[in-house]
Amino acid sequence: MDAYINLFVKAAFVENLALTFFLGMCTFLAVSKRVDTAIGLGLAVVAVQTITVPVNYLINEFLLKAGALSWAGLPEVDLSFLGLVSYIGVIAALVQILEMTLDRYFPKLYNALGIFLPLITVNCAILGGTLFMVERQYGFSESVVYGVGSGAGWAIALIALAGIREKLRYSDVPNGLQGLGITFIIVGLMSLGFMGLSGIQL
Amino acid sequence: MADARKVLIDPLVDNNPVTLQVLGICSALAVTTALLPALLMCIAMTSVAMLSSAAISSIRHHIPNNIRIIVQMTIIASFVIVVDQLLKAYAFETSKQLSVFVGLIITNCIILGRAEAYAMKHGVGMSFLDGLGNGLGYSLVLIIVAIARELFGAGTLLGYEILPLTGNGGWYEANGMMLLPPSAFFIIGLLIWLIRTLRPKQAEHPDYQIHKVHRTEVL
Repeated sequence: MDAYINLFVKAAFVENLALTFFLGMCTFLAVSKRVDTAIGLGLAVVAVQTITVPVNYLINEFLLKAGALSWAGLPEVDLSFLGLVSYIGVIAALVQILEMTLDRYFPKLYNALGIFLPLITVNCAILGGTLFMVERQYGFSESVVYGVGSGAGWAIALIALAGIREKLRYSDVPNGLQGLGITFIIVGLMSLGFMGLSGIQL
Repeated sequence: MADARKVLIDPLVDNNPVTLQVLGICSALAVTTALLPALLMCIAMTSVAMLSSAAISSIRHHIPNNIRIIVQMTIIASFVIVVDQLLKAYAFETSKQLSVFVGLIITNCIILGRAEAYAMKHGVGMSFLDGLGNGLGYSLVLIIVAIARELFGAGTLLGYEILPLTGNGGWYEANGMMLLPPSAFFIIGLLIWLIRTLRPKQAEHPDYQIHKVHRTEVL
């Protein structure tokens, strides 16, 4: 149990996808203008991440990696070069399903997220989570914990940045630094703050 | 001809994908701790951008509109796989350093963004140039950031010593902060500031204007 809590904390804070690996930056910068949309998108990312990482784990384990097809009597087949295409296919399909579910049951959230929902497909945080899972050779339960943790970490960073930017509207920023420039510098400062968490072991 | 030149040159500064269109930032930050991986990443990214733009443009009349994203993703993913396999075969050490970021070219919004915005509407040749131009614009930012980080963070460029470190009897005290993630944000932020000061047209307008009388600066 300890190991899982440790992995969660590590995925969410110490190795925060947005602030230490720079993943999902495009959406991170674009959707962080208002706190309420940030919360909606954050939740959507947690949901997608929690499902895709374990699903991609199963695909990698039982279809793609060297010797994975031995249950089908093909022990020497190695399909790992097909990894990227299959992962992105799974992600695109899941996002599509999520979109239809939200449209049917939570139309308000669906309208608030708008264009950014389909863009989760090209959110590098999602694909990045899967690739880290493969690279670090997590097991099934670890991949579930990693999916939840990394999604939650990304969402927390997004909501925090949105809160800061809402306050920032009333500050006197130099002309050329207005908008994108100052946002980068704030994210840099946040990233410094998150670095203070590194080395935490439970 | 003038068109072709505009398509190629515009994305370098005037319409740079990273600093103005806010695309492809993830990898621009992550692979820039040293110049060598940054250069490899630029080559990989630019070639995928060129090839996928050209390929998508060549079949643009046959892609059904409502599944176009999936078709585009598949084309891009196939090119990324080719590049990934090539890097693993010929530059294994550096490809280990790039870790997951080669795979993440797939979700690099520059490529999908240009496919959507340009390649779906223009001919093969022009789309190829557009991919090249945007790839180069991205590379330019990447190389500037990587030079700043490697030079001030480790005193070297491409592994050769430029600023002799105090540890080796030189005079330069390495700034370890440059090798850590936050510095990449600061450098790009400052770069954007520089470009927007030189090209005031790109500056964003504040949502809320502070009245001149209330500004605290001493005139």
